[in-house]
Amino acid sequence: MLILIVAIFVELVVSSRLSIGRFGWSFLTTATWNPVTEVFGAASSIYGTLVSTTIAMLLAVPVGLITALFLVELAPPAIARFVGTGVELLAAVPSIIYGMWGLFVFAPWMAGYIQPGLQSTLGFLPLFQGRMNGQGMLTAGVILAIMILPFITAVTRDVFAMVPAAVKESAYGMGATTWEVTRRVTIRYGFRGIIGAALLGLGRAIGETMAVTFVIGNSHRIRPSLFEAGNTITSALANEFAEASEAIHLSALIELGLILFLITFVIQSFAQVWLKRVSRGMGVGL
Amino acid sequence: MKATSHVGRMGLDVTIKVLAGLFAALALVLLGWILATVVTRGATALNWSFFTELPPGPGQAGGGLGNAILGTLVITALATLIGVPIGMATGIYLAEFGAHSRIAAPVRFVLNALVGAPSIIVGVFVYTLMVEPFQHFSAYAGAVALAILMLPVVARTSEDMLSLVPNTLRESALALGAPRWRVTLGVVFRAAKAGLITGVILAVARVSGETAPLLFTAMNSSYWMSSLAEPTANLTVTIFNFAMSPYENWQRMAWGASLLITAFVLLVMLTTRFALRAQERQR
Repeated sequence: MLILIVAIFVELVVSSRLSIGRFGWSFLTTATWNPVTEVFGAASSIYGTLVSTTIAMLLAVPVGLITALFLVELAPPAIARFVGTGVELLAAVPSIIYGMWGLFVFAPWMAGYIQPGLQSTLGFLPLFQGRMNGQGMLTAGVILAIMILPFITAVTRDVFAMVPAAVKESAYGMGATTWEVTRRVTIRYGFRGIIGAALLGLGRAIGETMAVTFVIGNSHRIRPSLFEAGNTITSALANEFAEASEAIHLSALIELGLILFLITFVIQSFAQVWLKRVSRGMGVGL
Repeated sequence: MKATSHVGRMGLDVTIKVLAGLFAALALVLLGWILATVVTRGATALNWSFFTELPPGPGQAGGGLGNAILGTLVITALATLIGVPIGMATGIYLAEFGAHSRIAAPVRFVLNALVGAPSIIVGVFVYTLMVEPFQHFSAYAGAVALAILMLPVVARTSEDMLSLVPNTLRESALALGAPRWRVTLGVVFRAAKAGLITGVILAVARVSGETAPLLFTAMNSSYWMSSLAEPTANLTVTIFNFAMSPYENWQRMAWGASLLITAFVLLVMLTTRFALRAQERQR
């Protein structure tokens, strides 16, 4: 087991040495990606990964939090179990299915309803300009949000359930409303657990491949508009890897993979250590 | 506390409650929307030839995904053969022998990190390990990639299941003079059997929907497989290729394959869930 993770790391470094040697640190800041002239830079992919995951987190964290609140505090047990199963099934749907649905159903829906609405109200921002074909950063971000929502909801639900009833009841006893108890007691008490949940979701979103590849449009250019095509580290890998014929192209792609591996490993490790500290602090296992 | 009016506080509370209900409903609506799409679009593609014939050429009518269905079954079975024994051995070690040893904590840490590792990275890793040196894609490589993804899942669930077995059982078997390995295999394993099987089934369900690790390990093919050492058709990569194509018949096939995969994964999930719950009730 230990060897496996070291082997992955070593193998990725060895296989990308060609590209590391040729481009050095500038790989991270160059936005050009041109297989013909053999100039490669990861900036557009890293940018795309950052933007799409940011959109996903902005949508999924609040929604996941409030859904968890509904499951723990508000819903009758039967409904909570029903919704809980639904959320779990949402997590079990394979990512390629999200991709299919995103490409053929959700993207046209975005183009037909959401994008025109955003453009007519917030069109003065460069974020919401450009053509509206449904694909692009925004759609990818929304689909990622749907995919990580179940994870955030599940962990947050566990965190909320760990808050001792006595603490909540004493707040209710003072006449606080459900929302006041949630905001000032439950969320504050479980704050660090919620951060851990968000980190786990973040790790998922960054590594997600197929769904993003279907809807992001796949272009190696950085554009300000969220409606325009972009790409992410994972979508670049999925699209080009099997077709990369030049050694340097392949090597650059593997270096992209290495960057992704490092990012997710750091996030995962941090989330683990964090959650462990939280559960120790609360005296309950997560 | 800020002084706010009673009406304002109650209003906010009701708003949040309604919002919470709406968000929970939203999750169900999304699930329903996705499933309805997959079922209605996929059902039109399913017929006898879908399961038995080779994929049609671009733009042609008819045909099926028989080779991809077979390929997925073979690759998944092979992955199970590789991943389950190693994963289970790790789980046994963590639960029975090395629970408090010095390497148990780092192993658990790495297992968790592996569960969260992007599956496409595993694909790249296996590519550099098993495809590049031999200069061709193969079913073996695909199976190894899936096995690496199964490993941590199997290891974690079997550790959990084994540690649920009460210690008194182990002690009474040891007191009868049974050696440690017999206690593990004959007593602890038998007690945890249902849980272990559930863990394996869940791991299989999890990897059977994976696409990214197969893209550049097993790749794809439009023919029946003749050996494990060649590019092998499989359902998920076929969905990807066909969905991105402009041909209507191919897209229809992609929906059929989507329905097959989704139905399998979700049914397995639901059945194991109910089985586990029934078991808990027994205890």
